[in-house]
Amino acid sequence: MAFYVVQFLTGLASAASLFLVASGLSIIFGVTRIVNFAHGAFYMIGAYIAFTLTDRFSGAFGFWGGIVVAAFAVALIGVLVEMVLLRRIYHVPELFQLLATFGLTLMVQDLVVLIWGPDDLVGRRAPGFKGAVDFFGQAIPSYDLFLIVLGPVVLGILWLLFQRTRWGVLVRAATQDRDMVAALGVNQKWLFTSVFAVGVFLAALGGALQIPRDAVHHAMDLRIIVEVFVVVVIGGLGSIVGAFVAAVLVSELNAFGILIFPKISIILVFLVMAVVLIVRPWGLFGKPEAAARRTPGLTVNPWRPLTQNERLGALAALIVAAALPLFAGNYALTVGSEIAIFVIFAVSLHFLMSVGGLASFGHAAYFGLGAYGIAFLAKMAGLPMIVCLLLGPLLGLMGAAVFGFFAVQLSGVYFAMLTLAFAQIVWSIAFQWVSVTGGDNGILGLWPEKWAASPSHFYWLALGVAALVTCGLRIAVFSPFGYALRATRDSLLRSEAVGINAKRMQWTAFVIAGTTAGIGGALFAYLKGSVFPDNLGISLSVDALVMVLLGGVETVSGAVIGAIVYKALNIWLVSQTDLSKLVLGAFIMLIVVVFPKGIVGTLEMLLQRRKPLAPPGPTILAKPIESAE
Amino acid sequence: MKLAVQDLNSYYGPAHILFDIALEVGEGEVVALLGRNGAGKSTTFRSIVGLVAQRTGRIEFEGRDVSARPTHEIVRGGLGYVPEERRIFTDLTVEENLEVGRQPKRPNAPHWTREKLFALFPNLSEMRNRPGGRMSGGEQQMLTIARTLMGNPSLVLLDEPSEGLSPKIVEQMVDAILTMKKEGVSIVVSEQNLHFARLISDRAYIIERGRICFGGTMAELDARPDIRDAHLSL
Repeated sequence: MAFYVVQFLTGLASAASLFLVASGLSIIFGVTRIVNFAHGAFYMIGAYIAFTLTDRFSGAFGFWGGIVVAAFAVALIGVLVEMVLLRRIYHVPELFQLLATFGLTLMVQDLVVLIWGPDDLVGRRAPGFKGAVDFFGQAIPSYDLFLIVLGPVVLGILWLLFQRTRWGVLVRAATQDRDMVAALGVNQKWLFTSVFAVGVFLAALGGALQIPRDAVHHAMDLRIIVEVFVVVVIGGLGSIVGAFVAAVLVSELNAFGILIFPKISIILVFLVMAVVLIVRPWGLFGKPEAAARRTPGLTVNPWRPLTQNERLGALAALIVAAALPLFAGNYALTVGSEIAIFVIFAVSLHFLMSVGGLASFGHAAYFGLGAYGIAFLAKMAGLPMIVCLLLGPLLGLMGAAVFGFFAVQLSGVYFAMLTLAFAQIVWSIAFQWVSVTGGDNGILGLWPEKWAASPSHFYWLALGVAALVTCGLRIAVFSPFGYALRATRDSLLRSEAVGINAKRMQWTAFVIAGTTAGIGGALFAYLKGSVFPDNLGISLSVDALVMVLLGGVETVSGAVIGAIVYKALNIWLVSQTDLSKLVLGAFIMLIVVVFPKGIVGTLEMLLQRRKPLAPPGPTILAKPIESAE
Repeated sequence: MKLAVQDLNSYYGPAHILFDIALEVGEGEVVALLGRNGAGKSTTFRSIVGLVAQRTGRIEFEGRDVSARPTHEIVRGGLGYVPEERRIFTDLTVEENLEVGRQPKRPNAPHWTREKLFALFPNLSEMRNRPGGRMSGGEQQMLTIARTLMGNPSLVLLDEPSEGLSPKIVEQMVDAILTMKKEGVSIVVSEQNLHFARLISDRAYIIERGRICFGGTMAELDARPDIRDAHLSL
C-alpha cells in the first residue's frame, strides 16, 4: 500500500513542472492564439541556464537565486522572440505559426549543444531538500514534496494574477475579443509581449525546477512539448485549471502506467486522451471554439486541372527523370530514389493539408508504419517483396484509420497537436517495445529482391510509384470526392448544409493520405535496408510540412517541386555542416516570414502579374477566405 | 472643431464601401448619422477609430490628424467608440468590463468614475458582479456605453444605441445621452430611427450607399421631407 502512495506522490511531483509549462502555453494561446511550439525549447533553455547558474554560485542563495534568475533571463529571451518573430506572424494562418515556432525549436536544439555540449548534465540537489522522508519504509525525496506543494501554490498565484489585477482583467478581456480591447485604448502590442513573457517565464521555471530531479539534455524540449500538448488537449487549451488537473492526471497515468504496461506505459495516457476527445472534444475545462480558423493558406486561387500542354510537359519531365540511369552513377541514383520516395510522402501530406485543410504535424507516423509493415512481413513472415510492397502500407492505413478517426473530430491547432501526439505515441511504442520492433536498434537486413536490387531498377520502381501516386491524388482532387473535401475545407458549415458528411470526408482523406505515406515508407525501408524509430519521428513529419510549404501550400502540385528541392538541399546541407538544424530552423522561419507562398505559389503569382489583360475574376476570387465565413 | 473628417474612402478587400465622406462635429455637439441598414454608418465609425485597415482621407480630432495612428492611440487621445454589436466581454463581470475601459483623467473631458456611471445607469449598479454574458440586451447596451465612458472621452461615436431595445430602455438611453451631453461630451450617434435622433441631436447627416447626401440642422432636415423620405425608412 505504501508503495502505491509513494508512486502517487511521485506522480504529483512530476505534475508540477508539467503544469507550469502547460499553463504557460495555455496563457499564451488564450491571448495571442498562437500555439507556441517553442515552449519546450524555453523549458530546456531554462534548465540549462539554471544548471550553469546553480553550478557557479554555491549555497542556498546560489541555488534558489539561480533558478529564479534563469526563469527571468529566459523570459527576457521570450520578449525578444515575441518582438522580432511573433509580431510578424500574428496575422498568418496557424500552420505557419506552428512551423515558425518549430523552426525556432530546431535552432535552439543546435545552439544548446554548441553552448553546453552534447552530454547529459546532472544538476545539483536543492539545498534544504536533499534528503528523503520515510513513509512506512518507502523513501520519498523531500524535493518531491516541495514540488507537490509548489504546483497548487503557483495555481493560486496565477488565479490571483488573473482575477485580482488590472493586467489579468485586460488579458481575460483580450482572450475573448482582442479588437475590442484595442478599441478601448489598450495597446495590444505590449499586452501580447507581457503575456508571452509570463508564459515563457512559467516554462523556464518548470525547466529550472527539474534540474535536481532529472539530467539536463538537449532532447528534453520535444519530450516535454508532446506531454504538454497531451495535457492541454485533455485539460482544454486556454484553461489554467484544466492545465493543472490534466497535468496531475497525465503524470499519475504515467506513474501507474509503468506498473501496468511496463513496456508501453504511454498507451494508458493515449486511451484517456481518446476518451476525453470523444466525450468533450474541447477538453475537460475548455470551451467549444466557435468556428475553427482557416487552416491551409493565405488565399485560395482557383484550382484547375492541367491543360494538354502542361500534361505533355509533365510527361516530358518524367521521361527525362527516367533517363537518369543512362548517365548518372549509383550514388546519384540512390539520391534520386530517396527524392522520389519523399515526393510520395510530400504529396500524401499535401492531399491532407492543402486539399483537406487538415495540417498534420505527425504525418511521419504513417510513413514509418508502412516501413515497419515491410519489416514485419519480410523478416517475420518471409513474404516475397511484391507481396510486402502491396501489404506493407496497410499498416499505415490501419494506423491512419484509428488515429484519423479521433483526429478529425478536431480541427486547426487541436488537430495539429493531436496528430503530433499520436505520432509521438507510435514512436514511443517502436522505441520501447524492443522485443517486437528492436527498439533503438531497429530492424535490419531488408533488401529488395533481385529484380529491384540494382540502383537503376530500384530508382525506376520508386519513380514509377511516385508518378502513379501523384497522378492518382491529382485525379482525386478533381473528382467529386475532391470537390466535397475542398468544400469541407473552405466552409465546414456550408458543406454540411448541402449534405456532405464532413467528418467522413476528412476521415477518408486522412486514411488515403496515411496509406499513401505508408507506400513511401515501404519503399524507404527497402531503399535503406532497415527500419528505425526515427522513420516515425517528429523531424520527419516536419520535413514533410516544409516540403509542402516550400513548394506552395495553396497550389495543386507544389508538393512535388517542394520535395525535390528540399530533399536535394537537405542531403547537400547535411554533408556540408554539423549544424543542419540551425540552418534548417532559420530556413523555415525565413519561408514563413518572407516567402509564405512557396516556389510554385510565387511563380503562379508572377505569371498572373505578367498577364495584365486577364479578366478580373481571379483577383476577386483570390481574396482571403476569411471574408467567406 | 472637435472632429473633422475629409475625403474618407474605405474598402473591404476589393469592395469600395465609403466614398469621400466628410463630417464635422463641433465642441459639445450631438450629431446624428442617419441611414438605412448597410448604408455605411458602422463602417464610417470603424474607419474613424482605425478598425478598417484599408482607408484613405483625413481624420482630424482636436486639430490633429489621427488617420495614421493605431486604434488604441486614437482612443487614448479621447475618442471613444461604442460598437453596434456591443461586444461585451461575456466572461467578465460588469465591474471588470468597466475596468477594461478605464483610462486616466483628461483635462478637457468630463471625468467618469464607477459610481458616477452607476448613477447614470442604475440597472448596472444592481449587477456589479454579474458576468456580461448573463445580461439582457438593454443592460449590455448600457454597459458598453459605460465601459467607453470609463476612458473619459471628449467625443463618443455611438453606433445605433437604440437598436433592438424596448421603448422603456430607449427612454433611459435618451436621458443618458442627454446627461453625457450636459457633462460636455461631444457625440456622434448613428441611427435608423429619426424619432430617436430628433430627441437628442443638434444636427444630422444622411448617408446612403457610402456617400453623405445631406448635412444640416434638424430643422433643415424637417424642411426637406423629400430627402427624409428618399433615404430613411420610417
